Amino acid sequence: MQDSIENIGEEIVDEFNMFENWIDKYDYLIDLGKSLPKIDEKYKVEDNIITGCQSQVWLHAKQEDNKVVFIADSDAIMTKGIIAMLIRVLSGQKAEKIINTNLDFINKIGLNEQLSQTRANGLNSMIKQMKIYALAFKDK
Amino acid sequence: MYSPENIRKYFPILDSEVNQHKLVYLDNAATTQKHQSVIDTVSQFYEKENSNIHRGVHYLSQLSTNKFEQTRESVKNFINAQHTHEVIFTKGTTDSINLLAFSYSKILKKGDEVIVSEMEHHSNLVPWQMCCDYSQATLKVIPITNSGELDMSFFKKELSKKTKLVALTHISNSLGTINPIEKIIELTHQTDAKILIDGAQAAAHAKLDVQKLDVDFYCFSAHKLYGPTGVGVLYGKEKLLNMLPPYQGGGEMIKDVSIHKTTYAELPHKFEAGTPNIAGVIAFKKAIDFIEEIGVENMKEHEDILLNYATLKLEEIPNLSIIGTAPKKSGIISFVVSGIHHYDLGLILDKLGVAIRTGHHCTQPVMKKMNVSGTSRISFACYNTKTELDYTVDCIKKAIKMLS
Repeated sequence: MQDSIENIGEEIVDEFNMFENWIDKYDYLIDLGKSLPKIDEKYKVEDNIITGCQSQVWLHAKQEDNKVVFIADSDAIMTKGIIAMLIRVLSGQKAEKIINTNLDFINKIGLNEQLSQTRANGLNSMIKQMKIYALAFKDK
Repeated sequence: MYSPENIRKYFPILDSEVNQHKLVYLDNAATTQKHQSVIDTVSQFYEKENSNIHRGVHYLSQLSTNKFEQTRESVKNFINAQHTHEVIFTKGTTDSINLLAFSYSKILKKGDEVIVSEMEHHSNLVPWQMCCDYSQATLKVIPITNSGELDMSFFKKELSKKTKLVALTHISNSLGTINPIEKIIELTHQTDAKILIDGAQAAAHAKLDVQKLDVDFYCFSAHKLYGPTGVGVLYGKEKLLNMLPPYQGGGEMIKDVSIHKTTYAELPHKFEAGTPNIAGVIAFKKAIDFIEEIGVENMKEHEDILLNYATLKLEEIPNLSIIGTAPKKSGIISFVVSGIHHYDLGLILDKLGVAIRTGHHCTQPVMKKMNVSGTSRISFACYNTKTELDYTVDCIKKAIKMLS
């Protein structure tokens, strides 16, 4: 049984809380980025690019067993770290859940404070796009 | 004796801490920090002098008008223009170029040509694309070489009697290249074409003499000269400015208005519709006073020392390549580290208190030419020190280690 979005979010908050200073938190984010599985080059197309990010971000989604599976990548490692977190939380969840969830954990780990307005906008477009995919699958 | 330490005392922001580290500000090509006298003048204006200029007969209006016009006089002397009314105040370099491009779009026609280069900031490219769209003129683009210099043979070949305007940057904001504008102006004037030089990156780093250069139009921003944001200059030769149609309509730029017909004011007001950034223009004079007190040549000499020092230190870092290696460069270094995204590097440097710029620097064609998605860029000003560069280089090494 897939853990709930909230539970996974809390898990991530706990993991980040283990680190006291930003440098260790960044190191952790970098590790998460490196752990993100490589994606097939066929997904790295213009249509999958999320606009509004300072680095290139590709996001693709498919439906498997009534659940939404996300496939994403970026050319910047920190961004990949953020993507890895979002995928861990949202990928494999039901469309309905993805649409209605609020992603409190992002605020709790202080990620928004770390990002400038333009970068936070990038993060928001990423989340928005994930929800749009979920919405599309829900109606199918 | 040039002392950046002494100069720093007049820049209060340089004492601040960012992310628990002393700020190292190396994003001067984006904007420079502000001199104390500039900051004081802005606040004094609003505390004691605020009034609209040119139209009022009352004391405050006279006072602010006089001060506003004193800055125009200062700018005239700073660039050695022949006439004070050849100095047009704008919102900034981008605004200056848009003004000129708009006016030119009204006089260019099909068959005419405008020449720009591949190294232009988008601000000196997009307005000319728009101008050529409107007027049906043709835009020609001088390519750059691998080291980041203009292909002068292409330029010579393309210059013809069809050329009406050449619009080129004095110093490249993403590569640091100093273009041979003296030669370019001379070549341009062998035809009937006029020339605009985008001096955004040059005005605080090179001694200017528009008469000696014989340049037709020159523009720059106050905020890259230790002055306020929202103030720019368009210099133009009197005869040419008189010939061009006005840009924006409104108050100040008129001589006489009836419901069907308006006659325009004389220079410089013809191009200055609406209430300008009065406080900013007045404070800009203080920035010019500061530059003239230190001497722009002395600043340049100091920045050249920093440029050479930082270049050598960066070149020692494995896998780091400097983008833009022209023999004549200003205090701008763009670089990439193989396998590491500039965004990641910038984020970590920020956490260490170092402000740099990452991305395409509004020069996407340059990035394309150099085959990179973006770069990390450090850029110097008169107040930067070797100690700051040592710290920055250490931070870059640390970031690379984290990201590898």
